[in-house]
Amino acid sequence: MSLAFQASQALPRGTDYLRILPELVLSIFGMIIMVLDPVVDQRRNQKALGTLALIGSLAAIASTLWQARAPGLAFWNMVQVDTFSVFFHFLITTITAVVILTSYEYMEVQQIRVGEYYALILFGAVGMCLMSSAVELVLIFIALEISSISTYILAGFRRRAAISSEASIKYFLLGSFATAFFLYGVALMFGATGSTSIPTIEQHLRSGSIPVLAYVAIALMFVGLGFKVAAAPFHVWTPDVYEGAPAPIVGFMSTAPKAAVFAVLLRIMFQIHAPGRLGLIWVAAALSMTLGNIGALVQQNVKRLLAYSSIAHAGYLLVAFAALPQNGIPSAMFYTASYAAMNIGAFAVVSHFGGAGERYVTLEDYSGLGRRSPVLAAALTLFLLSLIGIPITAGFFAKFYVFSAALQANLVGLVIIGVINSAVAAYYYLRVIVVVYMHDPRDESVLPAVPLELGAALAITALTTIYLGLLPGRVLDYASRSAGDLLH
Amino acid sequence: MLHLVLFLIFGAICVAGAVNLLVQRHPINSALSLVAVMASLAVEYLLLGAEFVAAVQVIVYAGAIMVLFVFVIMLLNAGEEARTGGSRVAILFGIPGMLAGSLLVAWVLITHSGTQEVSAGALPGPPREIANLLFHDFLLPFEVTSVLVLIAIMGAVVLAARPESIEQQKREG
Amino acid sequence: MVPLSYYLVLSGVLFACGVTGFLIKRNIITIFMSIELMLNGVNLSFVAFAAHWHALSGQIFVFFVMVVAAAEAAVGLAIIIAVYRTRETLNVDQVNLLKL
Repeated sequence: MSLAFQASQALPRGTDYLRILPELVLSIFGMIIMVLDPVVDQRRNQKALGTLALIGSLAAIASTLWQARAPGLAFWNMVQVDTFSVFFHFLITTITAVVILTSYEYMEVQQIRVGEYYALILFGAVGMCLMSSAVELVLIFIALEISSISTYILAGFRRRAAISSEASIKYFLLGSFATAFFLYGVALMFGATGSTSIPTIEQHLRSGSIPVLAYVAIALMFVGLGFKVAAAPFHVWTPDVYEGAPAPIVGFMSTAPKAAVFAVLLRIMFQIHAPGRLGLIWVAAALSMTLGNIGALVQQNVKRLLAYSSIAHAGYLLVAFAALPQNGIPSAMFYTASYAAMNIGAFAVVSHFGGAGERYVTLEDYSGLGRRSPVLAAALTLFLLSLIGIPITAGFFAKFYVFSAALQANLVGLVIIGVINSAVAAYYYLRVIVVVYMHDPRDESVLPAVPLELGAALAITALTTIYLGLLPGRVLDYASRSAGDLLH
Repeated sequence: MLHLVLFLIFGAICVAGAVNLLVQRHPINSALSLVAVMASLAVEYLLLGAEFVAAVQVIVYAGAIMVLFVFVIMLLNAGEEARTGGSRVAILFGIPGMLAGSLLVAWVLITHSGTQEVSAGALPGPPREIANLLFHDFLLPFEVTSVLVLIAIMGAVVLAARPESIEQQKREG
Repeated sequence: MVPLSYYLVLSGVLFACGVTGFLIKRNIITIFMSIELMLNGVNLSFVAFAAHWHALSGQIFVFFVMVVAAAEAAVGLAIIIAVYRTRETLNVDQVNLLKL
């Protein structure tokens, strides 16, 4: 073999780079922000760096759309671009853009240094995007770590508050613990099949009898990933971390990394045809829904309440994983998108209302919000109604598709548990709405006006929530096509 | 035969080190027993014919990473572990669950992975082959780790830097 | 010649020791060391399976695990320093502003 031949084989081609273009764009903008951060004046650069990060995420959205026209494998079967990966790329980059919009005001009020903050969000998004397109467990593992480590750091960004660094250490210790389980699962899967590439593993498992090692491997990987999406019984870190972390970051880490991990789970559970999927998912889904909703009933802190609600929503989403692939995958994807819209919206309200040092986060503080700021109250109400699953909001169709997919797979028990839980959940969401509108304000002081960027973020999330609630067809069609791509 | 003897000796050191890590109350003792575990693991890698991994294990793991640990233990002047009760959840569910899980895994490993034998030299693992894989097939993960390392550097700087307000509090209080 | 299952059992024992340490130790640094012990157990599995399948990709995975462990160590120890600064303790039971 001549050297020239080897060299031409060894170099990645242009299409290879096109297929990781959003990741490249995000990392380049992250690096530019890092370089500019010390150069620009701290007081004036708050907005400039934020805008740069926003441009970066918009460029990533654009490159995702461009990339969608050239599907295929890249970098020697490491990355696969198809409608499935494009869906999650689009979702994650959009979440990033909206979260950056919600951070503008927060960073100023809390007086946090912004350079590293925006750079970490962009770098984290690189990991999350890669998770959705990687078809090799090595790359999935690295990408998962990028996304996790950046969120560990972001969770501790309120340096003045002791609870923030505690949130960070709890998240870090439990997260690394979970990573070790995921890794052990990967090792056993490698042992069972002799490969870490998802298509090869699938072929291997399909061709012969399934080794018992593969069952254990899937279970261990599920433990690791279950931690990351806050599914019960691996959810104990969630309320603490969500309470301590900065509010816009909670909006970010309860949606974007979760979407990415769900993408990985979809690949592992459906593309590999994971053995023993049903039992695992059944238990985790039922436990998450029940424990999440029961925990939320007694919460007085709105951030903790939303944390328990996010555990419950992870449970509803997992129901889709127990369904048949052809309707389970699209309904799970639709749920991820709807949940992202309503949850980021809710946390945007929380982050604006919290004020300096996040002082106003208990339920009592919210009393009379309807009179003090009708716009914020209306937005919060919309998001909470959507989290309940009221018709004409995104939450309704999300739950509807998940439960009907489960019914088609004859999972009657799981659907009954889910419906009962939705009814219980309505109680604590409505309790917030009652406090907002019916109670007298404890504090008549005028709220700071909603700044332009936050208003834009609220408008985007609210419109998406309503759009998905009125016209779910297009997104669902796209998700169904992605399911087809994923299964072939 | 020699392989088996070596495996047993260094496996025993590994397990002893791991148990010692759990038993010791002072973090520095735990750290040193972890170094012992890692060094004897390097010998196990050699027995498996993974010379390069063994070298990296000693240099990076037992060397760099553990030095970082020891450094932080010294920096924070960590003392003996206090004997507090510990969380009841961990003891009630964690330990039995862990025992059941590890028994299950052990059973699966013993019964289903066969007793095929592996030995040194079974695998062509010179650095050249590894480099071919690492810089060709696994090029993308390799490059992506640079983002990971960048995040880690940035995170360490951000988190370990002294926040202004704590300094102020200290001056006032 | 050593049977493959011996290596796998050794790696399982190391992993289980790590899990136990994570559950029973009270010092944050020691807890973190237990996690490193778990990762070492996993690495041994990878290398043993790589020898079993004659597939070098298992060894490649070990390198990536080491990189990740190093990155985690840097970030984790920085977080530990940050916690120590605000609370002046390394005992997990006293790091309890956030209650379950």
